[in-house]
Amino acid sequence: MSAPLLELRRIAKSFGGARALRGVDFELRAGEVHALLGENGAGKSTLIRIVTGAHRPDAGTVAVDGRPTGPLDPRTAQRLGIACIYQQPALFPDLSVAENLALRLETGGPLRRLNWAERHQRAAELLGRIGANLDPRREVRDLSMPEQQLVEIACALGAGARIVIMDEPTAALTQAEQQRLHAVVRELRAQGTGVIYITHRLEEIFALADRVTVLRDGESVGTRLAAGLTEPELIRLMVGREVAQPYPPAERPPGDTVLRVRGLGRHDTGVRDVSFDLHAGEILGLAGLVGAGRTELARILFGLTPAETGTIELLGRPVHPRSPREAVQLGFAYVPEDRRRHGVILDLPLAHNASLASHRRLFPGSWLRPTAERRLAEDFIRDLGIRCGGPFAPAGSLSGGNQQKVALARWLATGPRVLLLDEPTQGVDIGAKGEIHRLVRRLAREGLAVLLISSDLPEVIGMSDRIGVMRGGTLTALLPGGAAPDAVMAAALGRATETAR
Amino acid sequence: MKAWPRELSVGLALAALLAALAVFAPSFFAPQPLLSLAAREAPVLLVACGAAMVIVCRQIDISSGSQFAVVSVAAGLLAAEGWPPAAVAGTALALGATLGALNGILVAGLGLPSIVVTLATMVTWREGLRWWRQGAFINLPDGLQWLGLGQAAGQWALIGAALALLALLALAARHLAAGRHLYAVGSDAEAARLAGIRPSAVTFGAFTLAGALTGLAALMNVIQSPQVDPKSGTGLELKAIAAVVVGGVGIAGGRGRLAGVLLGLLLLATVGPALTHLRIEAHWEKAIQGAIILLAVAAERARRRPAR
Repeated sequence: MSAPLLELRRIAKSFGGARALRGVDFELRAGEVHALLGENGAGKSTLIRIVTGAHRPDAGTVAVDGRPTGPLDPRTAQRLGIACIYQQPALFPDLSVAENLALRLETGGPLRRLNWAERHQRAAELLGRIGANLDPRREVRDLSMPEQQLVEIACALGAGARIVIMDEPTAALTQAEQQRLHAVVRELRAQGTGVIYITHRLEEIFALADRVTVLRDGESVGTRLAAGLTEPELIRLMVGREVAQPYPPAERPPGDTVLRVRGLGRHDTGVRDVSFDLHAGEILGLAGLVGAGRTELARILFGLTPAETGTIELLGRPVHPRSPREAVQLGFAYVPEDRRRHGVILDLPLAHNASLASHRRLFPGSWLRPTAERRLAEDFIRDLGIRCGGPFAPAGSLSGGNQQKVALARWLATGPRVLLLDEPTQGVDIGAKGEIHRLVRRLAREGLAVLLISSDLPEVIGMSDRIGVMRGGTLTALLPGGAAPDAVMAAALGRATETAR
Repeated sequence: MKAWPRELSVGLALAALLAALAVFAPSFFAPQPLLSLAAREAPVLLVACGAAMVIVCRQIDISSGSQFAVVSVAAGLLAAEGWPPAAVAGTALALGATLGALNGILVAGLGLPSIVVTLATMVTWREGLRWWRQGAFINLPDGLQWLGLGQAAGQWALIGAALALLALLALAARHLAAGRHLYAVGSDAEAARLAGIRPSAVTFGAFTLAGALTGLAALMNVIQSPQVDPKSGTGLELKAIAAVVVGGVGIAGGRGRLAGVLLGLLLLATVGPALTHLRIEAHWEKAIQGAIILLAVAAERARRRPAR
């Protein structure tokens, strides 16, 4: 048999202290659709970025047609025939389809003469090769998302790509659009192109893939023929591991109902008909895949995108938070997912960040008292174990885990009833992660009601008293704390198993 | 913590310039011209304080020069009508605040970019004034000049008032929740919103306050001369913004102090007279001021880089 189209050997990559890939092997043959599967954070994106030349691996080799490529950069990868189609197409909205294609494919100086007839003809031909019926003269702005994906694919073909990577291409598509895209993928395969296909939808794997490689914690746990696989086997491959980290013990029973949510929804966020109760002293975990609507739910509760349907009751009183300001006054606290950007204000000192949401409470009459502010900050530094250069060190000078503690401190200072945590340990080193876990458990023990959104399966299982699973914008399952990982994953993927019911 | 490094370097530059003047041109320190210089710059200081607030909030206001002219003319007309000085002052303040609030509504309420909004209001007020007044000067009644205090006392009063206001604003920026919110919104408006602050209210407040300060500045300028020039305040916005930038306020928002603005203004305002006294040709003034601004921006950039 001839050499595989693409071969990765022992690829390793670390970011800071976190090891994203620990020696991954992967092989793609010509005329094959090879699915790449794994939980959030298993290392799929990192692997793809190494193949496209966006990241340099720390160790390992990449070979195309059996020949080592040497260090890859995006330009070299393109020349070798590697192309990536992202979930969000990166096209110029104000230019026509033909112009977008020409911009990537034509070479020559800025003063060359343009041949428009040839441009349009070339674009039509490329689109025709994947069976896309699109007028090259249309502006990309007017195209639907799947049509834009077709333009991207045509572009990849035009550049002579033989290795096409598709990163969750169907995540935002309807059923019919999915079918059309699958037809295009099969067409590519028939023409001898190798396709690396990333998806969370198991049915796509069985419909489309020849082989499947599963990544877990930065390692490949095996490559299988798709034909011989069953769903439970796949799910076990994705999550099959012990919950290794010790989690602080839960203390039951939880107290009174603090938050009662019924039928909550908002059309443009995709969140619909979410109902649950949250009790004092309880940690309710929210598991689900990226895009399942968990962050959107938190943003509705915090008034960032107010609810359109349904009711929220806080301590038995109906409330309608319409802005973060109102939500804060009601007793909600929200530590957002994107901590590096919006959880703390990097320019402001730690003490100012800590007091920012509770000026009314701390300083009635709105005259700031520096000594009180310093004392507040010093208390939190001691209490939460924040490592920093003093209460007036800029928040931007702190490590990720310590910034996260400052974000928490800000909300604790408001004396909240409900704490909404969105991926609180994402990008945090392992030591700080444990500290944050203990801290969250302690807060619950002190009577706070905590909603914990986490894509880290062991974390959400280990920390939560109950686990809600979201899928497609709604809460599809409520599992007891300590549920089996494959039951949670099955619910997140929309696959019923015995334990999930 | 390293305290005031930027303000310190501006202060040192100013001290060096003054020292050079003391050695080579001691005539610069003659009291009366110096007092007049300071009194002329006192209104600019207020406009610069307003500009600093707006810039800390990560916005820009280039309409202050035109606001200044509108308020000057309005104050002059009212005074000529025989309104008492206190009523004229109150009207000037209110008119300035209204003009600032209009910018604020357009920027914070409608979400339009401040550079475009204030460019539009700048041109509108300036051209409207020219069409209405046809460039006619307004003669002021006798009682208004120096508020009847006499020149020297009047000059001292203006300088004192400007410095007192600066101190008050600096204190508010540091010790009022509203001041803290201004810095928070300028650093990261989305993060501030998530902390329960209303960025639009803060932005609106900054523009309104800047307008009120410009109104007051216009009044302080009007009482220094027997006539009102309808073209007064031309280029004032740039002078104010230059002082703000030289004073170490980050143009990207969220950083800087009013004390720095004072030093920046003093440094830029000293350059012109210093050249005269050092017998260097006066057209170097703008070039040197430009060089100082570039240096200040470059220093800010160098300071910011290692932090990220």
